[in-house]
Amino acid sequence: MALTIGVPRETLAGEKRVATVPEVVEKLIKLGFKVAVESGAGDAANCNDDSYRAVGAEVIVGAPALWAASDIVFKMGVPTTGEVGLLREGGTLIGFIWPAQNPELMQQLAAKKATVLAIDSLPRTLSRAQKMDALTSQAGVAGYRAVIEAANAFGRFFNGQITAAGKVPPAKVFIAGAGVAGLAAIGTAASLGAIVRANDTRAEVADQVVSLGGEFVKVDYEEEGSGGGGYAKVMSEGFQQAQREMYAKQAREVDIIITTALIPGKPAPRLITAEMVQSMRPGSVIVDMAAERGGNCELTEPGKSVVKHGVTIVGYTDLASRLAKQSSTLYATNLFRLTEELCKTKDGNIDVNMDDEAIRGLTVVKEGNITWPPPPPKPSAAPPAKPVAAAATPAAKKGGHGHGAASEPMAAGKLAIMFAIAAVLFWFVGANAPQAFLAHFTVFVLACFVGYMVVWNVTPALHTPLMSVTNAISSIICIGALVQIAPPLAGGVPPEPWIRWLAVGGIALTAVNMFGGFAVTQRMLDMFRK
Amino acid sequence: MSGNLATVSYIGATILFILSLGGLSNPETSRRGNLYGMIGMTIAVLATVFGPRVTAAGYPWIIGAMVVGGAVGLYAAKVVKMTQMPELVALMHSLVGLAACLVGFASYIDTSHPLTGAEKTIHELEIYVGILIGAVTFSGSLIAFGKLNGKIGGSPLLLPARHWLNLIGLLVVIWFGGEFIKAPSIEAGMTPLIIMTVIALLFGIHMVMAIGGADMPVVVSMLNSYSGWAAAATGFMLSNDLLIVVGALVGSSGAILSYIMCRAMNRNFISVIAGGFGTGGGTPAPKGDAAQPAGEVVPVSATETAELLKDAKSVIIVPGYGMAVAQAQHTVYEITRHLREKGVNIRFGIHPVAGRMPGHMNVLLAEAKVPYDIVMEMDELNDDFPTTDVAMVIGANDIVNPAAQDDPTSPIAGMPVLEVWKAKTSIVMKRSMASGYAGVDNPLFYKENNRMLFGDAKKMLDEVLVALKS
Repeated sequence: MALTIGVPRETLAGEKRVATVPEVVEKLIKLGFKVAVESGAGDAANCNDDSYRAVGAEVIVGAPALWAASDIVFKMGVPTTGEVGLLREGGTLIGFIWPAQNPELMQQLAAKKATVLAIDSLPRTLSRAQKMDALTSQAGVAGYRAVIEAANAFGRFFNGQITAAGKVPPAKVFIAGAGVAGLAAIGTAASLGAIVRANDTRAEVADQVVSLGGEFVKVDYEEEGSGGGGYAKVMSEGFQQAQREMYAKQAREVDIIITTALIPGKPAPRLITAEMVQSMRPGSVIVDMAAERGGNCELTEPGKSVVKHGVTIVGYTDLASRLAKQSSTLYATNLFRLTEELCKTKDGNIDVNMDDEAIRGLTVVKEGNITWPPPPPKPSAAPPAKPVAAAATPAAKKGGHGHGAASEPMAAGKLAIMFAIAAVLFWFVGANAPQAFLAHFTVFVLACFVGYMVVWNVTPALHTPLMSVTNAISSIICIGALVQIAPPLAGGVPPEPWIRWLAVGGIALTAVNMFGGFAVTQRMLDMFRK
Repeated sequence: MSGNLATVSYIGATILFILSLGGLSNPETSRRGNLYGMIGMTIAVLATVFGPRVTAAGYPWIIGAMVVGGAVGLYAAKVVKMTQMPELVALMHSLVGLAACLVGFASYIDTSHPLTGAEKTIHELEIYVGILIGAVTFSGSLIAFGKLNGKIGGSPLLLPARHWLNLIGLLVVIWFGGEFIKAPSIEAGMTPLIIMTVIALLFGIHMVMAIGGADMPVVVSMLNSYSGWAAAATGFMLSNDLLIVVGALVGSSGAILSYIMCRAMNRNFISVIAGGFGTGGGTPAPKGDAAQPAGEVVPVSATETAELLKDAKSVIIVPGYGMAVAQAQHTVYEITRHLREKGVNIRFGIHPVAGRMPGHMNVLLAEAKVPYDIVMEMDELNDDFPTTDVAMVIGANDIVNPAAQDDPTSPIAGMPVLEVWKAKTSIVMKRSMASGYAGVDNPLFYKENNRMLFGDAKKMLDEVLVALKS
């Protein structure tokens, strides 16, 4: 029998999002489910009741009726005690739960014999799980909105302009924390034309920052900040000191700071002190995306936008909700992907398969039994403990034309050994070889270097023509044969006929190479066209 | 022409050769680069022929040999198919190696410049080394030619205790080198010289036989390098700076190419030369249960492939050796043109070691008239896969294997690969589920967003094209 998915109206004050949108309802129905939506659930996200009806959903007035009609409930915000009371005995609930922060809620749900899938407990490092990662999709929306809020509060252009009315410098934006939200903010700010700088304790995100058009600001201190599972960890005192100095410097220089730093299960780290706020230019803006967890800035007031020391400090905790249509659509798709995983048979029934690593992680209550926390996930495929691999990857990524630019300077020790070996070799040659040889040797060594310099920049596309042209050029060995074929007679002794035959053979072979090599190169090069 | 004039001509030729290699760095200037090479070669040959070291008595011989050789070369260049380029290049390397041997022997027999003392020793040492490199290049290239041609199996031949065999060979060569230099007369010196040549030939055969098919690009460029060193050694032997310079240029360029290829496969140069990588052997691939990919293979038809391509906004095509084997490049171009007319952003992603020699794929695509500005390198493209709708893999396997990144126990772990699985959909065209040259199973085939199109690349692509046009 087909199950009914119910989508209630969100009850939290100011929550504009909705757990599913009409576009996704259509797909859910294709999977075999029936869908019921509470009247008015999508109003704030520009999805009215009629649009749900149009795609085949049933619209039910009133939360109790809706909850009663639903086998599976899709929710956005953490359910209230009242809502849990409405949940059908043995029903299924999918949404944000935050089991670590809400132990009582977990107990209530267990008492209801419910099956609960907490979208926030998804094992995020599983690449298969990324399509269901609602934290990522919501953080991305929030990061975008944070820049829009900053632009709204900021009194100038983001991009630099030269107009008849004078020159406008570009805004400088500093983004603390390059997680999903931070990266979205970097991309948005950069596309508005601002100069973007960003920092993160996890050094491996530097490449991502640069790829989005930002500049990665390093903390002048050596410590690796990956805490497993893609999150950051708490750093040492020495590091924090160096980090504070860096933030203080950035605060004096930039116009806008957007902070996104969060550590799982802990209050948000204090990154921006009151003095730093004071040191900012009047009219500057701080958007504190960690406001809900206490804020990264000392002066943040959660949920409000305040002006202190001439600096606007935005502490909204509902950034994603402020872009309700977008965040709802993404969240609905995340839930749809999850439903697909649960309903592999496409017959409108779900199977909570606890052997599936992703679903195991998501399921926090199974038929009344609390199954949270799940057993620790397997470590991700590329542990950061391999600094060699980490160093190699960025080098490989830089690329571009040729290869010279991509190579990193050799390690000093290795270089010293190479120089030492070279020195010994040269000493050996110098000590033993006669004068005439040395002259040739000089030419030889220099030519090797010229070859190295010239060839290093060849684009990979031309490697084959390069090889065939060097092959043709190497038939210069022909000259060796030429000078032997009929040398001027020395001392009147005619050369042995053997020599001539060997030389003729050499010339013929190299001629094949010479003509063939150049001709085939020409043929290939003629084919390369734009 | 006086000796000084000849020397000056040599300097001119040297500069032209350097410009020639420099010109090859960019498609725009490459044709001019080739022209510089030809002019340089002409100047060098003419300057030698009319220079002080060749008398008129030699002209008929020179012209005869040049005409015969040149005709053969031009004919070969004209009829060779672009898919056969690796073979042709390998064969040509062997000619250089053989020529180096001949010149070396001739130089040894030649008594017209009697030398004494250290100079004599050095000269003989140069002859010895020159013939050694020439012989290794000759036999090694012939074997490479055979392997690329399919006449010799691609799998590595691993003799027991092969490293010891090589070492013994080296020691014997060194010992005979001593004998050779001590030899009182040419006749006495001939025996060690010939023994050494035979050992060098065997060594060349053994070296290339031990290298697996996947490492062929490295081998071809390495032999290219050897042919350069052979020319340089000949230059030392004849005290000819032009030969030294040009030999060094070619030698270092080949060495750099080998290095680039090795880096593209994340392999150490020494371990490639030591051989044993490839189908079975040296590295016993842990194909246990741990490496067994989970999931199922989803086959699609040519029509469905065409549907996917029609709906896509951006497409990346990753060609491999299979495209070359099936001669499918022209159909690929037809599909490309058709999709481009529809406004699809279509690009090609080329892995540095795709095919059997460096740049093999680029040449094939160029032959099929694919504009080179949509043919990208791996590094330029890898970040774009997440925003790509369809990634189409034609006859490639190891270069798109996610195990290189995910599975530290995989034999190809750490090799940079094209991340096609990050595209929304990837389509792999293959004849069967067989593994690639590295003998590693490919988890890509089992990914959810991957589709398999089984069959001969040319035939399937023809069907895709028909479906696209209908």
